[in-house]
Amino acid sequence: MNRTIKSRAFKTTIVAAAVMGVVGVAQARDQIRIVGSSTVYPFASYVTEEFGAVTDYPTPVIESTGSGGGIRLFCNGVGEGTPDISNASRRIKSSELERCEENGVTDVTEVKIGSDGIVFAQSSSNEALDLSLEQLFLAVAAKVPQDGELVDNPYEKWSDIDASLPDRKISIYGPPSTSGTRDAFEELVMEAASGEMEEYGEDGYTDIRADGAYIDAGENDNLIVQRLSEDTEAFGIFGYSFLVENPDALIAASIDGVEAEPEAISAGDYPIARSLFFYVKNQHAEDVPPLYDYVEMFVTEEMIGEDGYLTDIGLIPLPEEERDATRQKVQERTGLQASDLN
Amino acid sequence: MSQSFDVISSQLKKRHRRSARLKWISMSALGLAGLFLVLFFADMLGKGLPAFQQTYVQVELEYTEEASRMGRAAMDPEVARLVSRTFERLIPRMIRDNPDLLGTSETRWVLAKSEVDQYLKGHANKLRGNEPELVDELVEAGRVDLRFNTTFFSRGDSKMAESAGILAAAVGTVMTLLVTLAIAFPIGVMTAVYLEEFAPDNRLTQLIEININNLAAIPSILFGLLGLAIFINFFGVPRSSPLVGGMTLALMTLPVIIIATRTALRSVPDSIRHAAFGVGCSRWQVVRDHVLPLAMPGIMTGSIIGLAQAMGETAPLIIVGMVAFIPDVSPSFTQAATVLPAQIFTWAGEPERAFVEKTAGGILVLLAILIFLNASAVLLRKKFERRW
Repeated sequence: MNRTIKSRAFKTTIVAAAVMGVVGVAQARDQIRIVGSSTVYPFASYVTEEFGAVTDYPTPVIESTGSGGGIRLFCNGVGEGTPDISNASRRIKSSELERCEENGVTDVTEVKIGSDGIVFAQSSSNEALDLSLEQLFLAVAAKVPQDGELVDNPYEKWSDIDASLPDRKISIYGPPSTSGTRDAFEELVMEAASGEMEEYGEDGYTDIRADGAYIDAGENDNLIVQRLSEDTEAFGIFGYSFLVENPDALIAASIDGVEAEPEAISAGDYPIARSLFFYVKNQHAEDVPPLYDYVEMFVTEEMIGEDGYLTDIGLIPLPEEERDATRQKVQERTGLQASDLN
Repeated sequence: MSQSFDVISSQLKKRHRRSARLKWISMSALGLAGLFLVLFFADMLGKGLPAFQQTYVQVELEYTEEASRMGRAAMDPEVARLVSRTFERLIPRMIRDNPDLLGTSETRWVLAKSEVDQYLKGHANKLRGNEPELVDELVEAGRVDLRFNTTFFSRGDSKMAESAGILAAAVGTVMTLLVTLAIAFPIGVMTAVYLEEFAPDNRLTQLIEININNLAAIPSILFGLLGLAIFINFFGVPRSSPLVGGMTLALMTLPVIIIATRTALRSVPDSIRHAAFGVGCSRWQVVRDHVLPLAMPGIMTGSIIGLAQAMGETAPLIIVGMVAFIPDVSPSFTQAATVLPAQIFTWAGEPERAFVEKTAGGILVLLAILIFLNASAVLLRKKFERRW
């Protein structure tokens, strides 16, 4: 009887060992691994799908981890378990690049693919609206200057900020603090506008009000869009591609007199716009053979050009000479230097 | 007994009123819960049923030299505007794989792009210029048609809504659950057998018991963090693979299986054990030949419910990288895969309108599988349960 138990236990051990054994087997990888920004994700996944369909390589895997999370994974080191590409809706920070280098990731190529605008939109049942960056800031900041002092934001209606604005309650659905869109909004709206006002001092001010006028609507921009069609008084903050998809339901406010149009965003006239990037780990180019095939497909005119497939789904193309510069960089696999980041 | 008849009858009336009130309140609670369920189902069915139909368009394909470089050239340029890019981009490859095609032509029904599909279904769409009239004409001529959406069941995820399907996610779910079952079932049942049949009742086993009950109530995302720290970072299990997903979910399912198994074992009357011991069975024989078979229906039910719970789980899988864009069916347990709830989650975040129905369609499929699993758990219990 004792023996039966032992042989059973032995078998279980073997099964367990077999499961663990599968794990240990390392394999040469021809599947590219990509992490990073949720803003770049729709564009990158379009290209990966195309890549999987027209080449003999498997479709690359993309995880949407956010720009910061992606770069952290990317900079964990060189080797099979680490991602080959990190998408980012902002430029890599020099502190992040330093960490990369400390971990042995020393040869990184930066690829700029296009721009994205952040829109401030409302239900299309409303009148069109023009806001200045400052008015937008005053509507969302936690503390605002009054008579030379910072006080808790007293504005309840848009007309409280400026008599020319509509007599509507301030109610804004926006991204939560974990979102890259929120980071960009804080930088491009909050910091830019507060930098102009001396009450805030040198560093800029990025605290968003928490008295109910700004409503954290979660990472899913679709939810914001849906809420706007029900709550017609409210505004929403989200990426340009969601505006393109809902032309019947939404209209965007123009900012400082500039409409959220592709040309204005691309040229940098629209103030709440940012560039989209991805970073390639050149040290993986040999071990992951399809790596540069994918990168080259991404930067073709067919994808990121004026009439490219990605513009159909909301990417705002770079001006022509910048697209050429991007392709040049990819061709030469130019390494990114710390000095480039200032 | 000294109360008069009047007092008693007035109290009786009051007591009857109270029980009637209780009945009404509990009935309206049930009614409310039912109403929520009906509303949810009606909403999902209304949004999701169109996903099971997809628009196809009939095109004449001419496999010319030019088409082998650019797929679009094989079609009439007017109609080509309505055809899905997922088909168009395959034409050069078809010619490359089968050079005999070159110079021939054929008529075929192919996927239309999702804008055409949304237009036919009467949803908001982005058809431009004269495209709506063109579609109307072709419908008139019988060259554009809504058909049962086989693509939804035969393909993986896609950025183009018309060719997005749940196959890759469904296969991923099956693989992940196989791993979960292979790990959680034997370990869970063995643990329960030891605790129930062999272990002495002391401080240590009581501590273990409390901990198991605790584990069952832990938020699932913590198991994901554990999976990341131990399986991926320490053991080096490949990220996003069904193996790591299954192992993580196994951790989550273990306490459910242990608790269910213990309950099932406990419901086997002691007289069975005593009788077996009485005829000279060893403890091992008692457990193997008598207790376990009698407890099996209960164990199976508990395991199926545990698996159904694991199947609907997304949070821990985000952490181990299974919530990702993975259009290919995973060829092995160590390669990237995704699961059904993760697929639904991904679709819910897509900007294109056409994904709304895909999301709801995915939810319907997931619900159908869950109902099937839970119903089979109930049936198993009904069929094999023995009352003592």
